[in-house]
Amino acid sequence: MARKAKELFIKTADIIIENKNYLTELDAAIGDGDHGVNLARGFNKLKEKLKAESFESRSELFKLTAMTLISNVGGASGPLYGTAFLNISKVISENELSLDDLIDISEEAIAGIQKRGKAEAGEKTMLDTIIPAAESLKNSRANNLDLNTALNNCLQAAAEGMENTIEMQATKGRASYLGERSIGHQDPGATSAYLMIKTFIENSLK
Amino acid sequence: MGKKLINDPEKVVQEMIEGIVMASNQRLEKLDGYNIIVRKDAPIEKVALISGGGSGHEPAHAAYVGEGMLDAAVAGDVFTSPTPDAIFEAVKAVDSGNGVLLIIKNYTGDLMNFEMAAEMAEAEGIEVDQVVVNDDVAVEDSLYTTGRRGVAGTVFVHKIAGAKSAQGAALKEVKRTAEKVIKNVRTKGVAINPCQLPAAEKSTFSLAEDEMEMGIGIHGESGTEKMKIKKVDQIVDSLLEDILTDLKVKSDDRVALMVNGMGGTPLMELYIANRRANQILENKGIEISKNYVGEFMTSLEMEGLSLTILKLDEDLIDLLTAETEINLLK
Repeated sequence: MARKAKELFIKTADIIIENKNYLTELDAAIGDGDHGVNLARGFNKLKEKLKAESFESRSELFKLTAMTLISNVGGASGPLYGTAFLNISKVISENELSLDDLIDISEEAIAGIQKRGKAEAGEKTMLDTIIPAAESLKNSRANNLDLNTALNNCLQAAAEGMENTIEMQATKGRASYLGERSIGHQDPGATSAYLMIKTFIENSLK
Repeated sequence: MGKKLINDPEKVVQEMIEGIVMASNQRLEKLDGYNIIVRKDAPIEKVALISGGGSGHEPAHAAYVGEGMLDAAVAGDVFTSPTPDAIFEAVKAVDSGNGVLLIIKNYTGDLMNFEMAAEMAEAEGIEVDQVVVNDDVAVEDSLYTTGRRGVAGTVFVHKIAGAKSAQGAALKEVKRTAEKVIKNVRTKGVAINPCQLPAAEKSTFSLAEDEMEMGIGIHGESGTEKMKIKKVDQIVDSLLEDILTDLKVKSDDRVALMVNGMGGTPLMELYIANRRANQILENKGIEISKNYVGEFMTSLEMEGLSLTILKLDEDLIDLLTAETEINLLK
């Protein structure tokens, strides 16, 4: 199980590194233009570490990911993603993940990000991708949908959440300095969060 | 892609720190494995002061490490907060058992990373406290936003809190003094040309030949308003008016005035701006106790300037003019 999860993290790292310039361009429009550069630095380091080590458990893998991002990304995204992964490491099951497990994981991730960033939905941040994705998982459970359908819906909700940040005015993070001028741009943090969720889901679908 | 005098965008911070240490005449050293500058004689039997943040603001913060100011400066990547593990290393290196004050500029990333470092230090039994500088009047101060940015006014916090700690004051008193500076300092800036990150392919924002951007920060982020460029006297008038109004400066008040270049502005232009700022303050009957002109808090090669006003009382004047080995603040 841990081996498959490790492959997934390496794939995620590759996707983030591939999108370095795209994320940086989004950030240049409403932030300080380093989101892609910072994340790519952290995920390059993570890839190195993952390739060099083997893992007994998913929990260990998530913890290493968290610590690597916290100590290599910097900026706000390092502590935010780091705390999210650290929180997940505390609850993640070592067995086949159920919809309930995924809901627990997403709630832990959101709690970690909110503890550090003190943001709510609608403030043009990574949470605007992650919260709708988590809500979609809960809706799927309420409607007794199967796991594959739930994951597909979740991916779609994440994509819509990300796109909805275009029309939002930022009230948290560096984009908030622009006030109304932040409207019309897709949030870089919401975009990197989407890329991660997309990689996780596309590689988990059966 | 713009031209830069660098070797490798990934190594700019490390190579810069090494160069700073070499230029320090044995006063400073770099902590092994980290982009951290500390006083060579640290830890010193007093409250230790640490500042830091992204790089690209030189001389901030490394040049402010020394007697009478900071004990350590933690340098993140360009415009990127340093990480908690690095800040924690700095805390351990300078703590003498008298506690550590972290001087943080108000940015989401800096706050989070310093906060995590403080948690790590507290877990080790080190007494740590923090102040957050938010002197930029260009940003609306509201409960519902990230709040005002910390910019050039931070340098006054380093100087005055540094003098207080050198006098042997306890952590609580040093913090109270730092907060008094923060309450009384305001800054606003303008840019006529943006800057470009070493690892990026484009400038951070774009301005037409005849445009300027008011209310810029120090990270190449866009400002609050783009407009046709004006004469520098008019620009200074507008910046000062916003600052003086916000700070409620009245005639007979005493202030320190800082005209700060953003990295790519000729000193000639800074002095011309300083001339106008002096004229205005004099006309309003405001007394300038100390006047600083130069580069204190830059934004890579950005062309522009910021004005900072610090309202002073007897206590702050004494601390501002207290001895330090940092030439820029003498």
